[in-house]
Amino acid sequence: MTGSRRTIRSGEPDGALRTSGRSGFSTLLRSEWTKFVTVRGWLVGLLVAALVTILIGTVSALGGNLECTGPDGQICAAHVPPLDASGAAVPDSFTFVHRPLDGDGSLTVRLDALTGDGGALHDWAKAGIIVKQNATAGSPYAAMMMTGDHGVRLQDNYFGDRAGPAISVSDGLPVWLRLTRVGDELTGSVSADGSTWSQVGTATVSGLPGSVLIGMFVASPEQIQTTQRFGGSDSSGGPTRATAVFDTISGQGALGDWTGTRIGGSAGDPEPVADFAENGGTFTMTGSGDIAPSVAGPEGNTVERSLVGVFAGLIVMIVIGSLFITAEYRKGMIRTTFAAEPRRVRVLVAKAVVLGGVSFAVGLVASAFAFWLVGSIEQSNGKYLLPVPVLTQLRVIAGTAALLALSAVLALAVGIMVRRAAGTVAAVTLLAVVPYILAVASILPAGPAEWLLRVTPAAGFAIQQSTSQYPQVEAAYFPSTGFFPLAPWAGFAVLVGWTVLALGLAALVVRRRDVS
Amino acid sequence: MPTRPTMHVLGCTRLPAALHAEWTKFRTVPGPSAALQAMVMSTIGLSAAAAAASTCGAPTCPQDPVRISLTGVSLGQALVVVFAVQLLGAEFGTGMIGTTLAAIPGRRTVMLAKATLLTAVVLATGIVATVGSWLTGRILLLGTGFIAENGSALPGLSDGPTLRAVAGSALYLVLVGLLSVGVAAAVRDSAVTIGTVLAVLYLFPVVITMVSNPDWHRFLQQIAPMNAGLAIQNTVDLGSAPIGPWAGLGVLSCWAAAGLLLGGLLLGRRDV
Repeated sequence: MTGSRRTIRSGEPDGALRTSGRSGFSTLLRSEWTKFVTVRGWLVGLLVAALVTILIGTVSALGGNLECTGPDGQICAAHVPPLDASGAAVPDSFTFVHRPLDGDGSLTVRLDALTGDGGALHDWAKAGIIVKQNATAGSPYAAMMMTGDHGVRLQDNYFGDRAGPAISVSDGLPVWLRLTRVGDELTGSVSADGSTWSQVGTATVSGLPGSVLIGMFVASPEQIQTTQRFGGSDSSGGPTRATAVFDTISGQGALGDWTGTRIGGSAGDPEPVADFAENGGTFTMTGSGDIAPSVAGPEGNTVERSLVGVFAGLIVMIVIGSLFITAEYRKGMIRTTFAAEPRRVRVLVAKAVVLGGVSFAVGLVASAFAFWLVGSIEQSNGKYLLPVPVLTQLRVIAGTAALLALSAVLALAVGIMVRRAAGTVAAVTLLAVVPYILAVASILPAGPAEWLLRVTPAAGFAIQQSTSQYPQVEAAYFPSTGFFPLAPWAGFAVLVGWTVLALGLAALVVRRRDVS
Repeated sequence: MPTRPTMHVLGCTRLPAALHAEWTKFRTVPGPSAALQAMVMSTIGLSAAAAAASTCGAPTCPQDPVRISLTGVSLGQALVVVFAVQLLGAEFGTGMIGTTLAAIPGRRTVMLAKATLLTAVVLATGIVATVGSWLTGRILLLGTGFIAENGSALPGLSDGPTLRAVAGSALYLVLVGLLSVGVAAAVRDSAVTIGTVLAVLYLFPVVITMVSNPDWHRFLQQIAPMNAGLAIQNTVDLGSAPIGPWAGLGVLSCWAAAGLLLGGLLLGRRDV
């Protein structure tokens, strides 16, 4: 009200008449707000959107299998990977033959063979030299290694990965590896003959103590075979083992005898024993496991699973968003609206602000509540959820609310162009929700599903992804297992792009067209 | 004022006239036929995309090739919902329903006429869509390794299970349309009807993906309209499916019957 009063100039009756129709933006917002909150059906709709979001997540959690519970009701230790220094879950499990290293030093080995069980070597089987803070799983390290099918690599602290020459030892030719420690800097080198060396890189592992462990290691990750079928995907697989043969071992600075340790052995083992044999300076070691970041499994141990019901809330929001404008066209109310504010684009903006604001607020409450409720149900069920930084949790929750708000505004913009509720709801649902369902429920094969999640507004669902995809970890990276083809903010930007484009087109259309 | 029984009898005798009226509306309003054209195109388009992306490697093809070539039905059904809503729900929006019911006061007759028209029209276009999808998919799948040497023969339409899948998919679309007509009569708002039916159809597949308990998983697949209904597309490994092809379509029929019953009852009782 105050806004409209300010715009009326004193004196001129003519001016007053002209400007009275052009109220301030706050008045416009207020009138759109009044329209929104006085329609009972839309308020009920908001409530339904929040409820279905929470209910579907709860039902999914209740229908989960009891994963594993220990004697005191805790999650089984075998299901909980160790945490690294930053608090991220990291599988850290391998066979380690080591000796202490005080201060600077190096180790040089010749890797004669790297073979898998039954002749099948995992692409990411790893064997080489590692410098590790101590024998505790999750402690900092740097490793110079030969892999099954990805050449020589220098990796550090679970996330760092540098590629070296793409060679292999499977054809019988040995490869020489060297890892040198100078303070916090670890330099990896590779050689084909033991005399000409080429440097692969230097990794900085901050906070390494003076005394560390240095030695040879071998690991071989789980083999995962995923078959996509209608209504889900089947994952099968199991642990693999790799055997490495090292000899011509020489070192500087390292002291003492070699000790074999099985790092990160399963909790059932009373005494983890390393599988290795030494014969005249030749070490034959067999290992299983991986030294890498944790990747969400097909069983869905991610926090965003709690928000699986959002797509249903999204359909409700799309219905509300389209009715917010098409009801005005249907009932002729739009004439009154435009008579009161002839600048139609401002009406459009006011409607978008009110609708976006309301749906964001409701979405925030619903997603935060679902996140908390479903998370607690899963934890009381003994399900292990991958730890996620607080900022990522906030991004998942607020991003979900923004997803709801943007889709509602998209429906509003399309509603202005189409002017029919049925067409608007159908079009926006088909664009923004159905691609997600076709992809997540494995109705489509992974190829077209990922393509849809790149170009349609449904790409915005990527904002919910809390875990990352790592090229150095082989896993089932499919939409059905929670991995989107676009990064979270990139996917979100696609949705923003669609919404902005639709609003722009709606502004053009609404200005050029006759009122209704 | 005629008594109730007379009205009923009067309504029944008017069925041909009501059908004719519905047919005229269908012919002269552009929306419904556009929705059906979009249904045929999107069904064939998505099926082709799915078939082109599927590969069959040695030693066996794990998938059901006929089912892959009919993937598009899961998208086309959304446009059948739109069509059904335009057939009935739009009349509530424009006020046309008042005219319709003034001309044919027997509300059950109106529902029956609309359901009959929908069945005929969706069945006809649905067969075009499913046969088109199957043919396109067959051509593409033969190119991506679905051949007898890889353990996956692609039989012709004379093969019983294949015919059942292709024709059954068209029936599936009809049943989805009938369910939508029922919901439209009950809800009386096009936008809310589309939202409700799409949510009911698509809710279960996602929830089923998330539920890991095998008992829940199987149970949900047996009662979900989309999952159970699309069991009609299975041609291989029927024993491991949670529900048989015809039983699955039967489950969807129950959903459609329940929807029509609810819609018919509410339409009969309420003021227009």
